[in-house]
Amino acid sequence: MSAVKGAGEVGGGITAPAESPVPFRNSSLIFRALRLWRTRIGAALVGALVLLAIIGPYVAPYGPSVPVGEPNSTPGGNAVLGTDYLGQDVLSRFLYGGRGILVMAVIATAIGLIVGVAIGLVAAYARNALDDVLMRGMDVIMAFPQIMLALVAVAVVGPQAWVIVVAIALTTVPRIARVARGAAQPVVERDFIACSEAMGVPRWRILFGELLPNTLGPLMVEASLRMTYSIGVIAALAFLGLAPDPNGANWGTMIQQNQIALSVQPWGAVMPIIAIALLTMGTGLIGDGIARTAAGIDRSRSAE
Amino acid sequence: MRRLTSGGVPGFVARRLLLGIVVLVMVSIVVFAATQALPGDPAQAILGRSATPASLAALRRQLHLDQPVLEQYWSWLSGLLRGNLGSSLAAQEPVTTLLGPKLVNSAVLVAVSAVVSIPLSVAIGCWAALKREKIFDSVSSILLLALAALPEFVVAVVLVILLATIVFHVLPAISTIPPGSQPWDNIPALILPCLTLVIAVAPYVARIMRASMIEVLESDYVEMARLKGLPERTVLLRHALPNALGPVFQVIALNLAYLAGGIVVVEYVFNYSGIGSALQDAVVNHDLPVVQALAMLIAAVYVVLNLLADVATIMVTPKLRTRL
Repeated sequence: MSAVKGAGEVGGGITAPAESPVPFRNSSLIFRALRLWRTRIGAALVGALVLLAIIGPYVAPYGPSVPVGEPNSTPGGNAVLGTDYLGQDVLSRFLYGGRGILVMAVIATAIGLIVGVAIGLVAAYARNALDDVLMRGMDVIMAFPQIMLALVAVAVVGPQAWVIVVAIALTTVPRIARVARGAAQPVVERDFIACSEAMGVPRWRILFGELLPNTLGPLMVEASLRMTYSIGVIAALAFLGLAPDPNGANWGTMIQQNQIALSVQPWGAVMPIIAIALLTMGTGLIGDGIARTAAGIDRSRSAE
Repeated sequence: MRRLTSGGVPGFVARRLLLGIVVLVMVSIVVFAATQALPGDPAQAILGRSATPASLAALRRQLHLDQPVLEQYWSWLSGLLRGNLGSSLAAQEPVTTLLGPKLVNSAVLVAVSAVVSIPLSVAIGCWAALKREKIFDSVSSILLLALAALPEFVVAVVLVILLATIVFHVLPAISTIPPGSQPWDNIPALILPCLTLVIAVAPYVARIMRASMIEVLESDYVEMARLKGLPERTVLLRHALPNALGPVFQVIALNLAYLAGGIVVVEYVFNYSGIGSALQDAVVNHDLPVVQALAMLIAAVYVVLNLLADVATIMVTPKLRTRL
């Protein structure tokens, strides 16, 4: 099957040139992207912060809600980074505060990715009224800025974790679907799809076995972009006082609670800011690295 | 990408307008369904455990909950069209009186940010394209990439740290607008919120501008203009720039619409009294009429901006215009 695929891609030729890279192969695209410094730096940043979020709670000197001293005391004594507005240990809360954001962002992005890819591919493959109906539906969701849809959901149901995850996933779906449809549209017209149809391959296998592998490049770029936004919106909601646990250790919550005391005890706000900034920059850099690599592959293909 | 059929430019505009209206109607159904037709009793949800039967009944009547769902939707929608957005549950006054002044404040914020960020980002993008692979291009590319990834509230708090508290203390850290005064009465207070929004938007526009400009500079007609011996200035301003701006309009419109969402966080950080902080307030207080009104308003702004972007793109791109 993969031989047919290769042949269809190279301008209707019979076989692909031996040295031509297999385009948009999941693993090869990531390895190629990792040759760029920006991707490596991004991966290192994300890796370090994910590690911090995972092992943080195990190495934290105190629990996240244990008062250890005077409120807003500066670093020193038993609190390495000082205490926050309630006298809780900043370092401990910082070490606990990444996990919730990351878990929610990963789940929301994953759901949005799966549903969005399915809708986008179905729309691209349908080539009829279903395509229009699906994409107009996506337009409706896109008419809400991401944070606003999340705010409406929280206003109606409450700031439970699942509400936030579903709202972020819902805003991720149309953006992924657009990219998936856009990338799949030219592929749908290729010979190997017609070939698969003629061979009687079931529709779902054409969608996910034939279309999907040929849209992975743009999808991975969009997925890392969506991940960046999901982290940003989830942290922003916590910053607006709408975290699942209003007093829990959460980087967004920490910034909100400690920004008033910035000039007295900056660490309570500065540490989570650095963490969120490095995390989103990391996912952004990875996305850009993949985008550049995918564009490079595109260029070498169109130059055949 | 879009199927352009007969009718010329007016036909295209009419079709896009129709589509925009369809989208808005669907948005209104979603907003209405999400906030009114929920399972359970909205009156109970709004009033909480302290509700008495009398106050519940009064609120149900006020929200028209005693009528069928379709009638509720219709009375809400027709009120919306006549500018009657209902009453705020928290402030006990009409939503329009509550939001009117805040709308002006937010519009000032968005307008100033747009006026600063669009020319700035177009200039950065063009300059980076002209100096491709040189030092300005590489530095600005990495810097814009990093800034684009940052959530606005992180940018905002970092700006407060840098310019209003710890490092330099030259600007106010909060931008409260006292009742009765206008946002432009206190210019220094506007700087940080606007700067945050500029930083949130400029990277995207600058990056797409650079990519678009590079493509145009490599085109045959720019080479032709150069070979004709036109001065470089004319080549760039008359031949390259107008063609490079086409794709940028879409991104500018998307980012202006994005600003409508971004102001929620930015206004909250700086305690700026606009529709963004009103939305945050309304969400925290379960003030659903205000949430509904703001959701419709922001969605409408988004649809209109997208429409304008599509029309502008068609107008500045001869290739698309003549295909109509």
